[in-house]
Amino acid sequence: MSGVDSTEPRGAGWQPVIGLEIHVALKTRTKMFCRCANGSGGEPNTQTCPVCLAFPGALPVANRRAIEECIKLGIALDCTIAERAVFHRKNYFYPDLPKAYQISQYDEPLCSDGSLVVPTAHGDVTIGIVRAHLEEDAAKNVHVAASGRIHGATATLVDFNRGGTPLVEIVTTPDIHDAETAKRFLHLLRQTVVELGLSDAELEKGSMRFDVNVSVRPEGSDELRTRTELKNMNSFNFAAKGIEREIARQIQIYESGGEVQQETLHFVPGDEESPPMRSKEEAQDYRYFPEPDLVPVHPPQETVERLRGEIGELPGARIRRIADTLSFYDADVLVTGGLDRLWSDVVDAGADEKEAANVLANQFVAAGVDPDSVAPGELAKLVCARAEIPRAVFDEALAKVGEDGFSAGPYLAQKAVADASELDPVIDRVLEANPGQVEQYRGGKQGLIGFFVGAVMKETGGKADPRVVNERVRAKLDG
Amino acid sequence: MSIDTLRLTAEEAMGLLERKEVSGRELHDAYRAAIDARDGELHAFLWVQDEPDRGGVPIAIKDVISTKGVPTTAGSKILEGYVPVFDATVTARCKAAGLSLLGKTNTDEFAMGSSTENSAYGPTHNPWDPTRVPGGSGGGSAAAVSAGLAPWALGSDTGGSIKQPAALCGIVGLRPTYGTVSRYGVVAFASSLDQVGPTTKTVRDCALLYGIISGRDENDSTTVDVPKVDLPTAEDLKGVRIGVPRELNEAEGIEPGVRNAVRAAIDRAAALGAEIGECSLPRSVDYGLACYYLIAPAEASSNLARYDGVRYGLRAEGADFREMVMNTRRAGFGDEPKRRIMLGTYALSSGYYDAYYAKAQKVRTVIKREHDAVFENFDLIVSPTSPTVAFELGAKTADPLAMYLNDLLTIPSCMAGLPGLSIPCGLSAGLPVGLQLVGPQFGENTLFKVGHALERALEFDFVPERLR
Repeated sequence: MSGVDSTEPRGAGWQPVIGLEIHVALKTRTKMFCRCANGSGGEPNTQTCPVCLAFPGALPVANRRAIEECIKLGIALDCTIAERAVFHRKNYFYPDLPKAYQISQYDEPLCSDGSLVVPTAHGDVTIGIVRAHLEEDAAKNVHVAASGRIHGATATLVDFNRGGTPLVEIVTTPDIHDAETAKRFLHLLRQTVVELGLSDAELEKGSMRFDVNVSVRPEGSDELRTRTELKNMNSFNFAAKGIEREIARQIQIYESGGEVQQETLHFVPGDEESPPMRSKEEAQDYRYFPEPDLVPVHPPQETVERLRGEIGELPGARIRRIADTLSFYDADVLVTGGLDRLWSDVVDAGADEKEAANVLANQFVAAGVDPDSVAPGELAKLVCARAEIPRAVFDEALAKVGEDGFSAGPYLAQKAVADASELDPVIDRVLEANPGQVEQYRGGKQGLIGFFVGAVMKETGGKADPRVVNERVRAKLDG
Repeated sequence: MSIDTLRLTAEEAMGLLERKEVSGRELHDAYRAAIDARDGELHAFLWVQDEPDRGGVPIAIKDVISTKGVPTTAGSKILEGYVPVFDATVTARCKAAGLSLLGKTNTDEFAMGSSTENSAYGPTHNPWDPTRVPGGSGGGSAAAVSAGLAPWALGSDTGGSIKQPAALCGIVGLRPTYGTVSRYGVVAFASSLDQVGPTTKTVRDCALLYGIISGRDENDSTTVDVPKVDLPTAEDLKGVRIGVPRELNEAEGIEPGVRNAVRAAIDRAAALGAEIGECSLPRSVDYGLACYYLIAPAEASSNLARYDGVRYGLRAEGADFREMVMNTRRAGFGDEPKRRIMLGTYALSSGYYDAYYAKAQKVRTVIKREHDAVFENFDLIVSPTSPTVAFELGAKTADPLAMYLNDLLTIPSCMAGLPGLSIPCGLSAGLPVGLQLVGPQFGENTLFKVGHALERALEFDFVPERLR
C-alpha cells in the first residue's frame, strides 16, 4: 500500500478520523519536581539528585514556573483553567522510570476543553483540545549494542539527566479529518509554544514529540472504529505522509472485507522509507491514583489573569490578518516560520509586501539567518534593490544580513551592469566564438538564447543584468 | 559522675550538659555501654555509632529515616547496604539542634507490622519481658528508650507504629498531626498516613523533641506551619473536656486488665478537674481498619515499586530487565511487604479502583467528619492505645489478621490525620498499658498538657521492673 500519492482522491465514501497527542518539553530553569538544572545534554547523570533518582524517602515539589507555563499555554488554547488540579501517579515498571511511576495528571488536569483555530486555504478549521496537562519526562535509556536498539542489546544504560523534565501533554479531540490539517495544526501549535517562550519545541531534539491516532469510518457516520497509533515521526511532512499511508491502508482493509487491528506503528525517526515496526497494544493498567506527596494546585485568579495579559496576538490570528494582504500560503509560511514580524518591519521600512514575503520565505530561510538578528531597514534596502543587483551578490548579502553592523550599502553599489555600451562588446565576443550555435538559433532553435545569456553572464562574472543581456542578445541575433 | 541511663530523661540530660556536669562524650559512652550490656538480648538497634558526631544529647533514629553516610535499611533486605547521600529533614533538624546520632533502630520491614517481628534482621524483644514483642513497627525505638539504651528516639507512624510500641514498652509516644513533621527522607510506606514523631520517657521530652522536628519544610509539600510548642507545666486538668468514645473503649478484644487501667486513668483525670463525657465514633471504629488496609497497601504498592535493583540496594541477576526486577523483588522483600503490595495493586486495579480505593477515601472523609463533630464538644478523647499488653513472640505471626487487629484503636485517628499521644497508665499482669489521647488537628499542646498532668498524677515508673 505504499506510494499512495496524497494528491490523488482517497477511497471515496470514507472519512479519516485523526487525533493528536503532543508532548512539549518546557525550558524552565529547573526540573518539574526537583531543583536539578533542566535541559539534558551534560555528561550522563550529572543533573540528578535524590528526587529525580527516586532515592528512598525523596519527595517531589512541583515547579511553580512550569505550572504557570502550562496555564499560559492553556489560555492560548482557549482552555478552561482548573480551579483545582491534581497530580496523579501513573504506575509501570521501566528502567527509565526510577520511581516506577510517572507523576502526571489524570481526571483533574490543569487545562481542559479548549480549541485551536487553524487557518487553512479553504477557511478556518477548529480543532478541539481535550486537555493540556503537566507531567514529568522519563530518563533516557541507552542500549549498548551495535544497532543502538533494544533488540540484541547486551546492556541498557540509563542517563537520568532528562528524567524529570517538565512536559506539557496536549490531547486533541479526534476531529481532524485529513493529514494536511493535522500538519497545519502541528505547525501552528509549535509556533504558538515557541512564541510563548515555553519551549524550543525542536522535533530533532525531542523537545516536541507527537503521536497520531488514525481510524477511518464510512462518510456520514459518527462511529469511532478501531484506531492505530503512529509514533516516532519526527517531522511534520513525514507525519502527513505516514497518516496518508495509514488512512489508505485502513480503507483498503475495510474494502477487502477485513478488520483493522488495534496496534502501534513505530516509525524509525528520520527514516521515512523504512516500514514502521508494528506492536500489539498491551492493555496496560497504570493504576492511576492521586499523588499523595503533592497537594492539589489551586491557581489563583490573579495569576491566571496576569498570564493572560502576557500573551500577545497569537500566530493563528496573525495568519488570518496577514492573509488579507498576502495569499494564505504566504501568510502561513511567514507566521509558522516565525518570520511575520520581520516581514512587517521590512514592509514598514519601505519594501513591497509581496516581494518581501517572497524573499523571506525563500532565500532568507535558505540562508538560515536568525530573524531576530536582522536590522529590518537594511534588509528592506536589499529587497528593494533585488532586481538590480546580481543574484550572487544578493545571496551573499542575505547570508550576512544578520551580522552585527550589517550594511546593505556595499552590496547595492554592485548593481548589475545594464549599460549596453559595456555589454555589447562582450556579447559580440560570445557570438563570434560560437558561430555554430548562432547558425542553429537563426535556423529556428530559439531555446539557445539561454546558452548565449549564460555565456555572457559567465564572461562578466555574474555582474551583468540578465534582463538587459537577454534583450541585447535577441536584438543582435534577430536584427 | 555515673549516669543512670534507665532513669535519665532527655530533659535531664540536657541540664547536665548545660551545667557541664557531663560531656557529650560521657553521655554517648554511657548509652553505648548500656547498648553493649543489654542490646544483645533486645536487638533494638540495627546500627550503632561508635563515636558521637555532635556534642548534644544522643538520639536513636528508626531505620526508615534517612541518615547521610549511615546505612538505612527500613528493616528490609532489599535495602541492605544502602547508604543515603542525604539526611531526612527530621535528621537534619536533630543535627542542627546539636543532637548526636546514637544509632538506627529496628523496625518491621518498611514499617509494616505491629510487633517488629517482620524485620528482615530479626525481631526486637520487649525490655519488660524479652519473651514478648515490643510492639511495632517502631519496636526498636520503643525498646531502646524503655531499656535505657537511648534517652529518646524518633519513630514513624502510619497506623500506630509509634503509639502502640510506646504503650507496650511503658513509655511515651506521639504521632503528630499529619503535615506538621516533614516526611522528606523518610522511606515511604503510605504517604498520606506516614508521620514521624518522638518516642520518649516523659511527655515533656516528647514536647521538646516535637518542637525540634516539626514545622513546614520546603522539601515536603504536605507540611504546614505549626503553632508554637508549649512545654507543659500544669498539674491539674481544670476545664479540660475529655471525651470517652464508647466504641474505642468497649471494642471486642480489649483485655480486662487494659480496660481497668484505662478506666482508673480516666477517673484520675476527673479527680484532677477534667470534665469527662461519653461520646461515639461508630463509623470510625467499624470501618477504620478496613479502610486503612485498602489505602495503606495501595500507596505502599506504588511507593515500594522503586525498589527495582537498578540504582541502589539489592540486585538479583536476571536474563533481562523484567526478570532482574522480578528476581530482585522476590529475593529482597519479605512476606508482609509482598502481601501488602498484592493487596494494594489489586485495590488500585482498573475495575476495582472505585469499589476499593476510591470508596475507602470517601469513608476516610466520613471518619474525619465524625472526629470533627466529637471535637466540637471535647478537647480530646481517650481510649486504650492497644487492646492488649505485649504478646509473646510468634503468637500472631501466623495470623496476619489478628496482627492487624492490634491497630484497631490507633488507626481511626491516623485515618483522620489527627495527633495521638500514648502515655503509660498502669500495669496489667506486670506489663505496661498505654492510654491513648487523641486531639483535634494541631492539638499537640493540649495533648502535652493533659498527658503531662496525668503522668505526674499516675506516677508510672517507666523503668521495666526486671531492670530496676
